[in-house]
Amino acid sequence: MQQKPLSSVPRTLWLALALTLLLQLSWQLAQRSTPPQARPLPPPPSAAMARLASLGEPLAMSKAMLLHLQSFEDQAGVSLPWRALDYDHLALWLDTAQTLDPRSRYALVAASEIYAGVADPVRARRMLAFVSASFAADPARRWPAMAQATLVAKHQLHDLPLALTLARQLRQQATGKDVPAWARQMEAFVLEDMDQFDSAQIVLGGLIASGQISDPHELAFMARKLDEIAAKKKHAIPGNTHLQ
Amino acid sequence: MWRPGLIIARYTLLEALRSKLPWLFVLAGCAALALAGFLQQLALTESGAVQAAILSALLRLVAVFLLVSFVITSLAREAADKGQELLLALPMPRAVYVLGKLAGFGALAMLPALLFGLLTSMWAAPAQSALWALSLLGELWIMAAFSLLCALGLPHALPALAASGGFYLLARGVGSLQLLAHGNTGAHDGSRQAIAWAIDALALLLPNLDHFTRSEWLLYATGDWQALGLVAAQTAIYVGLLATCALCDFYRKSF
Repeated sequence: MQQKPLSSVPRTLWLALALTLLLQLSWQLAQRSTPPQARPLPPPPSAAMARLASLGEPLAMSKAMLLHLQSFEDQAGVSLPWRALDYDHLALWLDTAQTLDPRSRYALVAASEIYAGVADPVRARRMLAFVSASFAADPARRWPAMAQATLVAKHQLHDLPLALTLARQLRQQATGKDVPAWARQMEAFVLEDMDQFDSAQIVLGGLIASGQISDPHELAFMARKLDEIAAKKKHAIPGNTHLQ
Repeated sequence: MWRPGLIIARYTLLEALRSKLPWLFVLAGCAALALAGFLQQLALTESGAVQAAILSALLRLVAVFLLVSFVITSLAREAADKGQELLLALPMPRAVYVLGKLAGFGALAMLPALLFGLLTSMWAAPAQSALWALSLLGELWIMAAFSLLCALGLPHALPALAASGGFYLLARGVGSLQLLAHGNTGAHDGSRQAIAWAIDALALLLPNLDHFTRSEWLLYATGDWQALGLVAAQTAIYVGLLATCALCDFYRKSF
């Protein structure tokens, strides 16, 4: 099909084309001139609605929700610090994404390693609470996030009672074969840091006696640790000689 | 008697190949691959799983959309060109025409199933990818049969496209609708109960496509022969049902 020359188009049509193009450009420029404003994080859709909207692809929806959440801190013209995010809504988003894909560790990794790193202790505790609640639902698969949460409580928040609570939950619930011994020993180390030497000895002794740890190197390490705790205890209470 | 049917199937396939449809499948696969690759770069962890989940969902939608569009526009064009009437004037039963068309569209569906199955094997175990591809083929056959029914029964392409889209959305979402209807989200009054029954009745009529082509097979290798057997049985039953419906409708039609 041959085309006619450009001159065959009426002038009024060219004028209309130029005008509409100009209008479009002006509209876009006017939109840009308004100062960028950060949107607050809205609450997520319920898991049931997200599942319905996913058209039978809950795993893809879960990943898309997490990527959307992750990109929320970079909005048009504005970069939101984590401190500005509503952490209650954030926890709900993570929970919905995890409900859609319960085998994935993505939401827990984001909570324990990214969002818990916020410089606001209240928000960090909210993330640790989310990790703790999620861990209870599937300890065998979610123990790494719980171990990370314990470390955040101990080293970032310097909240040893909270670290102890998390470590104790880890020892009591993560009893699967795939859970390494060090994860279950965390409670004893936190107790040692809290100068609760008797309790630390009981936890370590209990772990050895329970037979959950069979590796000879692990057992030797724990025996050395028991000796160290005994020495510290003796140093802390000089009159105490019954350990010798 | 079935030789004319095979010829119709062959020419249906040839039409698809000559209308550059295979290139559209390739192009769509490349675009989905690029998008999934971009999203993989954004992922904090499980980047392979992110890519596989999003890619498989996109590929599935693209395959269904392109195949359904082709089935409907091809039949609409044939009806408008009077090619359909010419074929029906030949000494053969109407069933040969309908089943020949269905066979041609079914053969065409193997192309995206194979191509997209190969793409997903980049992130998943080959056996799981094969299972996913076979399940996609079953899903495409059901959708091809439904679009054929709509295209033969409805006078224009747009209502047929809308009906096929609505059917797909319902078939994919009816399981979630049932969960919502039976969920503990409020008082169990009469109207709510009636809606729940209506959705249950609808679910009985629809194929359970939300059990087809599942991403979790690719991500967590949970697919097995039993899952494939269920998909195959559902495909056979539903394609048979839709083909029978299309034949009943087509035999009643006067030209």
